[in-house]
Amino acid sequence: MTQSNSFLGFVHRRRRGAELFLLVLSLLVGIGAYAAVGLGAEGQVPADIIGYGGWLAVLVVACHVVVRFFAPYADPVLLPIVAALNGLGLAVIYRLDLADGTTFARQQLVWMTIGVALFVATLVFLRDHRILQRFTYTSGLSAIVLLLLPMLPFIGVNKNGARIWINLGPVGMQPGEVAKVLLVIAFAGYLVMHRDALALAGRRILFIDLPRGRDLGPILAMWLVSLAILVFQRDLGSSLLFFGIFLTMLYVATERPGWLLVGGSLFLAGAFAGWRLFSHVQVRVEAWLDPFDDFYGSGNQIGESLFGMSWGGMLGRGLGQGSPFRIPFAESDFIIGAIGEELGLTGLMAVIMLYALIVERGLRTALVCRDAFGKLVACGLACVIALQVFVVIGGVTKLIPLTGLTTPFLSYGGSSLVANWVIIGLLLRISDQARRPVPNLSSATEAESESETTQVVNLR
Amino acid sequence: MNKPIRTLSIFCLLLFLALLGNVTYLQYIQASELNNASEHPENRRVIEAAFSRERGAILVGRTPIAESVPSDDKYEFQRRYTNPRLYAHLTGWFSFFNQAGLERTQNDVLSGDDDRLFVSRLVDLVNNSGAKGGSVKLTIDREAQVAAYKGLLDNPQLGKDVQGAVVALEPGSGKVLAMVSSPTFDPNELASHDLSAVEKAAKKLNERKDRPLENRAIRRDLPPGSVFKLVTAAAALETGDYDADSMVTGGPTYKLPGTSTSIGNGGRNCGATKVSLTQALAQSCNTTFLALANELGQDKLLKQAEAFGFNDTSLEDLPGQLQSTFPSKEMSDDYLAKSGIGQQDVRATPLQMAMVVAGIVNNGTVMKPYVVDEVRSPDLDVLDKADPKELSEAVSSDTARELRKMMVNVVDRGTAGVARIPGVEVGAKTGTAEGCQDCNDYAWFVSYADVDGKQVAVAVMLEKVNLSNDQIAGGALAGPIAKSVMEAVID
Repeated sequence: MTQSNSFLGFVHRRRRGAELFLLVLSLLVGIGAYAAVGLGAEGQVPADIIGYGGWLAVLVVACHVVVRFFAPYADPVLLPIVAALNGLGLAVIYRLDLADGTTFARQQLVWMTIGVALFVATLVFLRDHRILQRFTYTSGLSAIVLLLLPMLPFIGVNKNGARIWINLGPVGMQPGEVAKVLLVIAFAGYLVMHRDALALAGRRILFIDLPRGRDLGPILAMWLVSLAILVFQRDLGSSLLFFGIFLTMLYVATERPGWLLVGGSLFLAGAFAGWRLFSHVQVRVEAWLDPFDDFYGSGNQIGESLFGMSWGGMLGRGLGQGSPFRIPFAESDFIIGAIGEELGLTGLMAVIMLYALIVERGLRTALVCRDAFGKLVACGLACVIALQVFVVIGGVTKLIPLTGLTTPFLSYGGSSLVANWVIIGLLLRISDQARRPVPNLSSATEAESESETTQVVNLR
Repeated sequence: MNKPIRTLSIFCLLLFLALLGNVTYLQYIQASELNNASEHPENRRVIEAAFSRERGAILVGRTPIAESVPSDDKYEFQRRYTNPRLYAHLTGWFSFFNQAGLERTQNDVLSGDDDRLFVSRLVDLVNNSGAKGGSVKLTIDREAQVAAYKGLLDNPQLGKDVQGAVVALEPGSGKVLAMVSSPTFDPNELASHDLSAVEKAAKKLNERKDRPLENRAIRRDLPPGSVFKLVTAAAALETGDYDADSMVTGGPTYKLPGTSTSIGNGGRNCGATKVSLTQALAQSCNTTFLALANELGQDKLLKQAEAFGFNDTSLEDLPGQLQSTFPSKEMSDDYLAKSGIGQQDVRATPLQMAMVVAGIVNNGTVMKPYVVDEVRSPDLDVLDKADPKELSEAVSSDTARELRKMMVNVVDRGTAGVARIPGVEVGAKTGTAEGCQDCNDYAWFVSYADVDGKQVAVAVMLEKVNLSNDQIAGGALAGPIAKSVMEAVID
């Protein structure tokens, strides 16, 4: 007993109290920002602050209670970060509503409610993430169907040049946002089954282990899917995101950097060909290199975003006191520009650090997780966030060419918000499993085998 | 699988570091360039912020002629010009799209960005009140300005739609006491917050043939005609070979060297063959000064003209001063002769001619003209006071004294009798210049008054009036305007 405890003695603390404390802080961010927007833009605290703040508190507390009961060992930092980002996003969307006369914030609050509901459902109904492994192929198939949906006539919609939306009666959604969660599950299931073949077979050329020709099948397939998304849906962001996740998960599963080499070359070749062949890619690249060359045309959005962020400077103009409404689609793709203008470099750095913490917590979950499937899913989900944040913020701040992706938890958009809440639900579920103390299977035998001759050393 | 996960963590760390680094570069290092309205005129944020700021006032005496008043639309302050047409060419305008006049050259002070306003900016920051601009007090003498305006724009003798300008200088300092250009306009129309109305008004003003937006006092360069004879006379006196009583070439006509053209004196008495220099100036004898130009040579004339400020700009307070020109490329003798009477390729602005007179009155020293007298903080503390600067030593004090005597004689016994003010030393020179065939003659009049240590130099230029050419003469039309301005100053 003592020996086994000293060997496996490290038991994660639950730290639910810490989580509650952080959640209160995150509520202060959300509700405080909402009040600041009203003060900054109209000189008074919004009239519905009590109802709004109350509802936000209800959602956050509900999450906490569910985590306490259904995932007591889950990571205590993830939920507060997400609540803070979501609250800040709502306030900034409300700020843009005030300027533009729209009602996105109200709708976003509804989406947040649905997101929280699905988050709760994930934790309540999915008691063990390993069950998901059974749905490897189902998930993969559903993901591909979802990705194809926007290509169908009647329900597929072309918005701002990208065909990634579908219309189902009154509700529109971006199937790609849901597909990315399903794809992570499908990749993880597939890789767990085939990782040995992918990892061990192959030749070694110049210090690098290259995979076998026939194992290249899946990676080529994924590459083609990504290219198809780029070509037919004109969606650079999703294309990059899906292929990037697949590649990193493949690398993590096989521990072979050779895959990165092969995949990276394929990606560069595809990107180069895309740039040469497709005008919509060229337009993006030109707007990236010099947004002010065609300021009143293709460079307008990025140009206004750059002006806004430089106008915000170090400390920002203050919520409600800049002109973020000048940036087209500031509430969705360019919400980072709005935050940069009104909260300045300081605020933007805080936001980036929050995302970095989410990723760090996700990867930490992957590290401590005991089963390969859970490791891969956690790793994949963390990478989804990391890549998406990098691609979006990098695009908005002119680090890389602009691609159309939403900023997780901040941007207006139902599909994205709901999908990201589910991602957090899955991560919490996996981290609960990973941090839970090992069930002491030997306890029954230990009582009987007090004598030293029959001592059992439990290693697992 | 933990090793690749650790590698992946480092990769993600690098991604986030790249984001942080790039955001820092953008919002800290690159920001000042992106926020610079002249580098990025598309940046509406900067332009709108400047447009709604509380700018400082432009003052004449203690009266603001341009001020910012609170406004209840989306721009917090409205620029208002209290006497718009009187000061239009000095203040310029402050519109959403551009700025002109003092609003442009003094923008740093008026907007509050000037370094001299650093302390008050700091106070504003601490008090959390919006930054206020400093104010600018002008050298303008209100009465002289009104007299000039009335003489030019409210003058029944000239009729309506006069095109011309008046400039008055304080010779000892270079202060601009009055500067009026006609036609004028209402800068309030251009400073309005109704941007489409502003665009319409600007289009209308720009399309008008008589160019009301142009400050003719510094932007219009025309042949100065006979008033340039002062410069020629100064060049002659400076050689030491001539004095006021020297007998110089006169006679009824002068044949231009190398041509068959002769130029006469319009019937004025310039002697049979010789005439005194004083008499020649009093009667504005063309023959004398055509001949003098050739006797002196181009170098001396050019040197003298440049000493008075030709081929240079000196007024920094207002944008767009044109250089007055005296040709520096070698001329044929007939061209040189005509240059001596301010024709051919000689061009002068009204300001330049006022500077010539001011230099003569100020013992030969030309002072740099200026309009901004004081820069004040938002609380009206004086932060900076302009101090007069010498532009050049145009002529010796002896020459200046001779020239003054000769100019007084022009008033007493010559063509400028209209300018006489009893009990005051007044000197003047008239001019009627030809610009081109089939266009109006230009009437010029320059003068000075000196009494009890108070001095003023005035130049009046009438480019176009509703009169026929035989009615246009510097003395009769422009003289009374100069007189009223001088009276306004010395009273």
